[in-house]
Amino acid sequence: MIKAILIFNNHGKPRLIRFYQYFAEDMQQQIIRETFHLVSKRDDNVCNFLEGGSLIGGSDYKLIYRHYATLYFVFCVDSSESELGILDLIQVFVETLDKCFENVCELDLIFHMDKVHYILQEVVMGGMVLETNMNEIVAQVELQNRMEKSEGGLSAAPARAVSAVKNMNLPEIPRNINIGDINIKVPNLSPF
Amino acid sequence: MSDVVEKTLTALPSLLSLDPQPGAGKLSATSKLGNLIRSVTELTSKHEEEKLIKKELSALKEQVSSPNTTLRQMKEIMVRAMYCEMLGYEASFSYIHAIKLAQQGSGLEKRVGYLAVSLFLNESHDLLLLLVNTVLKDLQSTNLIEVCMALTVVSQIFPKDMIPAVLPLVEDKLTHSKEIIRRKAVLALYKFYLIAPNQVQHIHDKFRKALCDKDPGVMTASLHIYLQMIKESPDSFKELTASLVAILKQVVGGKLPVEFNYHSVPAPWLQIQLLRMLALLGKEDQSVSELMYEVLDESLRRAEINHNITYAILYECVKTIYTIHPKSELLEKAAKCIGKFVLSPKINLKYLGLKALTYVVQQDPNLALQHQMTIIECLDHPDPIIKRETLELLYRITNGQNVSVIVQKMLDFLRQSKDEHTTIDLIKVKEEYLVVMVWVLVELRSILFLYTSTYAPDNVWFIQTMNTVFSLGGDVMQSEIPNSFLRLLAEGFDSAEEDTQLRLNAVDSYLALLQTDTSLLPQRFLQVISWVLGEFSFLKVGLEPSLVLAQLARLLEQGRITMETRSWILGAMCKLCGGAACVGVAGEVAGSDEALKDRVLPQNASWDGLEVDSSLSFLDGFVSDALAQGAAPYKPPHQRQEELSQEKVLHFEPYSLSMPISLSTCSLTDRQSPTGFSLSSGLSGNSAELSHKGGSGLLKMEGVQRVWGKEGYLPQKEATEEVPAVPILPPVPSQQQGGAVSVQADVPSHAPVAAQASELEQERRQLASSLFVGLGLQNEPCLMGKPDVAPQRFRRKARLQEPAGGSDKLSDSSYSSHSTVDSLLDSSPAPLVEDELSAASRLGEGLTTLGPLEDGPNTCDPEDTLGYQAGDEGEDDPPEASDGAAEPGRQASPCLPTELLELPHSELLSLASDHSLALSAWKVCGQEALELRLLIRNSSDSSLQGVSVQLTSDQLKVLDGANRAIPSVGGLGTVTSQYSVVMEMPLVQAMVGGAVTYRGQSESANELQFSVGLPLTDFLRPLLLSTEDYGKLWLSFSHDVKQNLQLLPDKEDPFSATLNVLKEELRLHLVEIIGTEGIMACQLLPGHPCLLHCHAHTGTLTVWLRSSVPDLPDCLLYHCQRVLQER
Repeated sequence: MIKAILIFNNHGKPRLIRFYQYFAEDMQQQIIRETFHLVSKRDDNVCNFLEGGSLIGGSDYKLIYRHYATLYFVFCVDSSESELGILDLIQVFVETLDKCFENVCELDLIFHMDKVHYILQEVVMGGMVLETNMNEIVAQVELQNRMEKSEGGLSAAPARAVSAVKNMNLPEIPRNINIGDINIKVPNLSPF
Repeated sequence: MSDVVEKTLTALPSLLSLDPQPGAGKLSATSKLGNLIRSVTELTSKHEEEKLIKKELSALKEQVSSPNTTLRQMKEIMVRAMYCEMLGYEASFSYIHAIKLAQQGSGLEKRVGYLAVSLFLNESHDLLLLLVNTVLKDLQSTNLIEVCMALTVVSQIFPKDMIPAVLPLVEDKLTHSKEIIRRKAVLALYKFYLIAPNQVQHIHDKFRKALCDKDPGVMTASLHIYLQMIKESPDSFKELTASLVAILKQVVGGKLPVEFNYHSVPAPWLQIQLLRMLALLGKEDQSVSELMYEVLDESLRRAEINHNITYAILYECVKTIYTIHPKSELLEKAAKCIGKFVLSPKINLKYLGLKALTYVVQQDPNLALQHQMTIIECLDHPDPIIKRETLELLYRITNGQNVSVIVQKMLDFLRQSKDEHTTIDLIKVKEEYLVVMVWVLVELRSILFLYTSTYAPDNVWFIQTMNTVFSLGGDVMQSEIPNSFLRLLAEGFDSAEEDTQLRLNAVDSYLALLQTDTSLLPQRFLQVISWVLGEFSFLKVGLEPSLVLAQLARLLEQGRITMETRSWILGAMCKLCGGAACVGVAGEVAGSDEALKDRVLPQNASWDGLEVDSSLSFLDGFVSDALAQGAAPYKPPHQRQEELSQEKVLHFEPYSLSMPISLSTCSLTDRQSPTGFSLSSGLSGNSAELSHKGGSGLLKMEGVQRVWGKEGYLPQKEATEEVPAVPILPPVPSQQQGGAVSVQADVPSHAPVAAQASELEQERRQLASSLFVGLGLQNEPCLMGKPDVAPQRFRRKARLQEPAGGSDKLSDSSYSSHSTVDSLLDSSPAPLVEDELSAASRLGEGLTTLGPLEDGPNTCDPEDTLGYQAGDEGEDDPPEASDGAAEPGRQASPCLPTELLELPHSELLSLASDHSLALSAWKVCGQEALELRLLIRNSSDSSLQGVSVQLTSDQLKVLDGANRAIPSVGGLGTVTSQYSVVMEMPLVQAMVGGAVTYRGQSESANELQFSVGLPLTDFLRPLLLSTEDYGKLWLSFSHDVKQNLQLLPDKEDPFSATLNVLKEELRLHLVEIIGTEGIMACQLLPGHPCLLHCHAHTGTLTVWLRSSVPDLPDCLLYHCQRVLQER
């Protein structure tokens, strides 16, 4: 079972936090800090698995993470999940984000935290993998977005969202976390 | 990917430099969030962030409580609140509004509301109850999206108590026409199953329907449930194997629609799931395993595309193949597969390869040999995770010959991690390693006596390594680590000479160490040093105790010494004072009476079996006097508290935990379990059971014999032979080297480079040969194979302290031994040492009193004291009438009924008596249980009324009601009452306590307490089985212990004579004697089997015991020892 999904940037700022097992608020923050601490110390040429964190589940749990440009995607899982399987699940999730946001970048995640959550809900439900087919996930999300449109809601295209905040004077320009051509079998993405 | 990033990076400025769109008003909601985010991003300090968010939150609070806020605005407020919560600031005021939003909103607002609820609340939050109605309504909605949202939130968080309310609706969704709804419903049900399994018990057939769903997605979801259920009870789902195999076959064969493909691999996650289930089903089940061989083979064959996800499948395949009943062809293929992983340049695959190797290496040490060079390379890998995995692998292949190299590697790792001390994970890793290392060292020490080969490390090496471990470990170390080392020193082995040598080495080494700068030594190490010096420095001939005293005193002067260490040092000094050249009063007083001194301060008595009368029977007189004077009978604190709570008295303390906690700590410290063994991850966790899977049924006995057979005992000869032969090198590197050598010969100009390379290679090779020596050559058992050997060893010794001998042998207990027990058994020695000190001070006052000895039992063995007095809950039960087991006054003279007379039974044992009652008992060895037949004799003339007997035991189980009432016992009459007792938890000796209450002539209630000691042997029965069954059972047991015992002197055949004595005394079944080996079997009532494997070897008898129950081998071994010693 997946215990938690954490996304934070290179500075440890959380971008999306989803726990599937209950932890008290301050414990959650501690887990985020510790996880960032563990993950950020690792070079890009080491393996994507980490054991030995102390906060979630003890020895039974593992951190499986991927690092895309400015963002870390970390899945905390127990021993009933396949390491490589989760690694590809992260890839599926990121590719889906990319498809939904058209060249996803950190800004998209910041300003559309809720939407990222909706996408995630279609991938992982209550800690279990629900869907791994990107097209299927996108279809589900779009179905919900249509509802949004039909209600005349905020159908802001991602591009416009980006341009709307372009004058924000951010101290660090969030870099794009484009994940490249999806049809290519992501050889340069999986740093084995 | 870098070029892509670069492209977008260059694109970004142009994107940002676009003119601001005036129509941004449409985005006003976003821009409020935007404003917040921008301000947060601009902040430089945590403090400012806090201020800002606080301001934001108070603004939000104002807004949510305003009646003018529309739902749409509320939606936006929720997103901001979520953002604040994500940063770690509580926005609890918004929780109720999130629920409202989910309730009242439609479509989008509802979606945000549900999301906020699932992020904000947890399953036990009270507000969640308000959501139930909304969820119910949405589940019934005709809008698919609303149903989906409801199902999602149900699977995310739902109050356990409310499951019945939504369960029928969710069940209905299993037949919904949309597959996505069905799939989510299945997952929601799985969630229910996880949090409240009994609530969904009735819908198992619906799960089955979901498994057979025409949509593969729904079927995949249902596998989550089945995986969980199979994990819990594999036996009840064996019939599922065929269906799962069929599914996997179709998936592998590409029968699924294309949209299930991922990188042209058909449904990889589904395959992984199925393989895991098959592994669980096929484990230790040949017939089931046979069903899956074909499909596993096919999976291996098909998974060829070089993509991450195919490796995921391969890895699962390999694990499954090594978990189920073995098939040699598959094993071969799987081994090849592991090679692919280990040799892969991709580091993730290497990691998994090492994990797989760790998993299989005990079945097939040759696999590690094949990859020895890669393993060596991994040892120097920059990634600490890889390194750690490699060390774990090495630790699993440790044996007597490569231990020094492996330990050296581990020390290197420790030294390294010391520099980077800041990260939590490394400290943890370090701790784990310390535990493992000490365990390796201690365990090897004890086994190495079997192998006096020159490769086995000697005493000096051992002590030095331990010194390094202690210095490196610092104060991170748990107290169990030094304790296990001290135990090793104190317990000793079978050879007294070796023991003395080891102790002497330790003393020498520590004395030398104390001469140097001690200010850097960790506290734990100082404690060890002082204990050893206190206990064993007398061994060193010509060493003046005063010298040692001076050294220790110097330690005391150091400012940084903690109180704990101080007490250890003082304890050691006290012991030294008691020695031959004692100083001060103690010497003068004791000097006059050598006998007394020997009893009070025996030398080298640290580990003499200290027998403790745990029943405190010597106090019986005092207790009965007190009771006669009207004192209330003792009740343990927890019982008192229970009674209090039953009386509905107000509790002033929130949780009445004090008693259970102290009990559990007692037992914990006693156990000495190296908790650090969690290091062996889930993957390798069950490897002990698997260790013999490699062979088929016939080979298994061979596996046993290999351990005990002749080869195992001739390491000297083989070791010398094997050393030159050891480097069975992998083909590739050897070719490389060959190449390098030939280049050197032919083209001199290239020689230096090649030579350098080959030098490195040579080094590695050397390392490899020293690491992998003894592996795969089968001349020696893999010593590290069973991680639970060590703790058991200690447990056994610990229990030696416990047996309640029944008789009061306290006078034999000694000052010295009592202090040893204290310092070893208790994790926090301070108070006990204090006791030691007080004892010492009393010694100072005058040795004529035996003060400390009287305290002995109380302080030495708190567990037993408690164990005795802590009554069973049974005491509170109302006494029930027995089913006719009481037979009032039938027999004039006490005699067993004939049906019991035929069974082996004891003499009539007198238990207790008072002025009107006498209690005695027989122990009769029944087939199913030990029959305890109590004989209650009325020794007064008048009849006794309302007699009731209560039997209590924490340690044993009384089968048919522990409380019996007997209407009356006539004057001078007798009644008997019979109890069937079984021992569910193995103990060397167990106690049954009890009380007879009755009303005598004066109508006053009287109580007569009694206790019976029942040793393990009373519950042993022969286990009749054939050699073949024995072999099968042997392999399935994971708890084992071995020990050398003395053979009995017998001219003709000492071996079989010894076995026969064991057989008679302990009621074992002698299965077979083959030459110098014998196998025996017995069972502990109620039916825990235990197997013994005996091997005679030049006057000693090596006994190896195995059982399915953790403590049974230790306890039985204790009795074997006792029986043989008594002869």
